[in-house]
Amino acid sequence: MKHTLGGIEEDVDVPEAQVTEELERSTDQTERSAEQTELPPEQTELLPELVAHLQNNRSELRQEWTTRITDAHLLSAMTPHEVFTEVTSVYDNYVAVLETGSVEELRDYARDLSERIIPRGVETHEVVGIVLLLRDVLARSLFEKYHDEFDLLERVLDAYEPAANRIANTVAVSFVEQRERVIREQADALRELSTPVLQVRERLLILPIIGVLDNARAHQLTDQLLRAIRRHRALVVVIDITGVADVDEPVANHLVQTVDASRLMGANVIITGLSSEIAQTLVTIGVDLSKISTVGDLQGGIEEAERLLGFTVVRTDHARR
Amino acid sequence: MTITTTTTTTRPGRRSRRRSRCACRSCATAATFASVHTALDDGQLLRFRHELVDQIGRYRARGVIVDVAALDVIDSFACHTLRNLAQVARLRGAQTVVVGVQPDVALTMARLGTSLHPVATALDLEEGLALLDGPGSAP
Repeated sequence: MKHTLGGIEEDVDVPEAQVTEELERSTDQTERSAEQTELPPEQTELLPELVAHLQNNRSELRQEWTTRITDAHLLSAMTPHEVFTEVTSVYDNYVAVLETGSVEELRDYARDLSERIIPRGVETHEVVGIVLLLRDVLARSLFEKYHDEFDLLERVLDAYEPAANRIANTVAVSFVEQRERVIREQADALRELSTPVLQVRERLLILPIIGVLDNARAHQLTDQLLRAIRRHRALVVVIDITGVADVDEPVANHLVQTVDASRLMGANVIITGLSSEIAQTLVTIGVDLSKISTVGDLQGGIEEAERLLGFTVVRTDHARR
Repeated sequence: MTITTTTTTTRPGRRSRRRSRCACRSCATAATFASVHTALDDGQLLRFRHELVDQIGRYRARGVIVDVAALDVIDSFACHTLRNLAQVARLRGAQTVVVGVQPDVALTMARLGTSLHPVATALDLEEGLALLDGPGSAP
């Protein structure tokens, strides 16, 4: 191996293309000189050399990286074996990016990796940390290798640093994107769950609203309600806002619009659970609620709805107490 | 309850107009049913209103059901025409029910503040007939 590495150093002094290929058949020195006629930018020549160096020292560098990850207490959620497996894949991908210059594969891999490790509680700082550690480990090995030749070291770093930064960037961005996607999906799921439209009697729906009613949620709520009215052929809807802490003017207006739209679809809306604060707020800000029927609590609302629909609830004598 | 009785095309002769809407009569409720099949421009809306009101007298209808399920847009003029139609129908002794407003259309109308009030609305034809048959349905 030492002989080969010595060969590379010579190559760098006399820059040329296709160093890696040449290394594979390093016997032919004359052919290399012939190819010197074409001089691409220096960095592209140094990269293959870097790649060769990284490939040749794969096991040591990988081991050192793993040690440093463990020392830094990163990826504590994963077993040492898992860490080693992932380290190997990341390392190989890293080298592949340096070799090909294309980050597509690494990006795919990083997404896949993120998908696997996000549920296990791996944090962003850990992912960024391990990639930066790898960058340090590799840079350190380059220092070690070229510490005699300062000019060469500088040029090697010139070639290495942009590529390494690009890789770190790609991995971090992929991880964060993946995380954001997970968060978005969960937010969507929560939003779906947050506005349940339930049928309690034939043609009677209740819509309990709990939590903060912002603009987006109010729109989604109306949308779901109108679809549910059609699906269940509802005649009466009871909207219970006991669980809503505060209602501001846009939300109040939106509620009025919801009632209007429901009426256009043939359903009467009863609003229940207006707290005294909310009632006072609504009167103070002057929202026109005269067309909306309101009942004090959910029980009263359902009773009123049953009356409208012609249901009577009768308690039987033999009911268990 | 069946509504498969007479299907009358409003003014024979113009194909497009005939296709755009149709009216039929239900014997059981003496209701005239008008279904709007495509978007109507303002002129067509006025003609529609005129012909429908005309039919109320001809068939001695006690109720009118206007089905707007095929409409993606109900603008302020359409609302105005429908309200107007209901008032004229009431004067001729028939109650009007608008049925089949789509959820999106309903939301848009509510947001724009165009309402059909005081015209009765119902989910679909069946609900509309039930409303006309129900108590207190006198015009």
